Amino acid sequence: MNTPRLEARALAKRYPVGNRRKGAMLHAVDDVDLVIQAGESVGLVGESGCGKSTLARLLARLIDPTSGTIFLDGEDTTALSQAAFVASPDRARIQVVFQDPTESLNPSFRVFRSIADPITRLLSIRDPAELSDRVHRAADLVGLPRELIQRYPHQLSGGQRARVGIARAIAVEPSLLILDEPTSALDVSVQAVILRLLADLRERLGMSYLFVSHDLNVVRLLCSRIVVMYLGRVVEVAPTEQLFTAPRHPYTQALVAAIPDPARRDEKRPRLDGSPRSPVDPDPDTCRFFGRCPIGTERCTQSAPTLEPVGDEHFAACHFTTVVSTERGDP
Amino acid sequence: MTFAGFARNAAYAFGENRLTLVSVVILAALVLCAIFGPLIAPYDPLMTDGTARLVPPSAAHPFGTDALGRDILSRVIVAARLDLGMAVIAALLSFAVGLALGAIAGYFGGWPDRIISRVMDTIMAFPLFVLAMGIVAALGNSVLNVIIATVVINLPFYCRFARAEVNVRREQGFVEAARMGGNGAMPVLVNHIVPNILPPMMVQVSLNMGWAILNAAGLSFIGLGVRPPTPEWGIMVSEGASFIISGEWWTFVFPGAALVLAVFCFNLLGDGLRDLLDPKRRV
Repeated sequence: MNTPRLEARALAKRYPVGNRRKGAMLHAVDDVDLVIQAGESVGLVGESGCGKSTLARLLARLIDPTSGTIFLDGEDTTALSQAAFVASPDRARIQVVFQDPTESLNPSFRVFRSIADPITRLLSIRDPAELSDRVHRAADLVGLPRELIQRYPHQLSGGQRARVGIARAIAVEPSLLILDEPTSALDVSVQAVILRLLADLRERLGMSYLFVSHDLNVVRLLCSRIVVMYLGRVVEVAPTEQLFTAPRHPYTQALVAAIPDPARRDEKRPRLDGSPRSPVDPDPDTCRFFGRCPIGTERCTQSAPTLEPVGDEHFAACHFTTVVSTERGDP
Repeated sequence: MTFAGFARNAAYAFGENRLTLVSVVILAALVLCAIFGPLIAPYDPLMTDGTARLVPPSAAHPFGTDALGRDILSRVIVAARLDLGMAVIAALLSFAVGLALGAIAGYFGGWPDRIISRVMDTIMAFPLFVLAMGIVAALGNSVLNVIIATVVINLPFYCRFARAEVNVRREQGFVEAARMGGNGAMPVLVNHIVPNILPPMMVQVSLNMGWAILNAAGLSFIGLGVRPPTPEWGIMVSEGASFIISGEWWTFVFPGAALVLAVFCFNLLGDGLRDLLDPKRRV
């Protein structure tokens, strides 16, 4: 098998909370393994606060993990600290498209400078003609009209700003693009256009995508494999279609059932009651989903389930995946 | 920004705000006096004339003469260089040092922040004018020491301001994006954050400039800093003050008016500068 483009092993990020002496830790991302193959598009879904944005920032090396390693094309990038990684040539290989295109553009930079800055920094291109050429090429790729390049961000529409954000990320020719809910701040009509653009870019440039979202439909459109997170842990990994037709983890099942569908209008849906467990110092022997889980039993408080294969390329972290699957009538 | 672009923005900003235009005109006049003062002044500002002491304003002496028969108009004009010069140098120095210290404190936090903030708090704990008097008295009576004192007492305002402005921007999306684009800590701070805090800082400089003028003039007024017979607005007001009772009003009104005018124009300029430097108002 080829070396994966990105591989994360036992990645964790914990933040100290409250009184330092008590040593309470918030487990934002806990023991996550993740593989992204070259050219693959992986979706990362989960509810607000489940740690998906933190995971994206860890993988993008914007923050240092508490423990664990990240391999980029087989090289351990965690050998360098985040501050040192910024200056390394590998920085250009992972780029991020941020959630809010307005916030992520420097208000005092014209579009040209916003796109040109990473090119000069990461690719050390200082020749004005070549720089301008690259900026224009990136703008053309994302369909940003050339006359907008000399504008300030406040003079652009939301969709145009999103294009600038994408242009800036792809201008340095990354091999992995992390998209952190790139469409959540946009109008629905603009969302569709930007998603189509992203799908098109991936085909043309052959990048791998990690698409972070809380919207399953958006992820379904773009990704071939989906990773579901709950409270800092990966609870299910499956190829997209399989995840939608035969979800194994009860959390994923509730998520999939919650997608609005006119055909199932009058059907009763499984609903998740209660609120998530606290991410501060979670009990290592209790399933993170216990308490909200419709099928949780005492066994779930005695040992926490780990990710186990439940099918072809399909993994779930639940003691009752077999029970669940027979209930749903799968083989 | 190209010069043509700047001119266009300036025309727009001043067109929007006529008061700014007024302040720019006054400032231009003051700057002209500061540069060409000795050439414009009708008389030698130091020349005494025993036959023309305390002459009221007339065609020969539009602002009258003082107790030694010196022409007040000439002295007011020539004093512009010293007063504006001290204020501009002091304001720019405290701006530069305050911005650097405040930006470091706001961006890095931790112990640099704690040290810088406590030093600034210590300066603020004194009545500032008394502190300035103390500094000049301790370092010696000279223009340089007046400038140093003005820098020191203005420093906390710039520093705290810069610290607060950097602090709110430190976590913003564009800063993370800049790190993504290969910028280390210093390039992020200098190239990405500081340009965004310059517009509010420049407003602060302009407002502070008026205060710096008053401070320098105030020190001279109480006999610290610049010494007679050097023409300086504060000294002139101080010398003229003894004639308030006897009714020779021109001896202190005109230098005082020059001070008021300078402070007033810098305060007005603050607003205009903000319009000019804020990228959101650029066309």
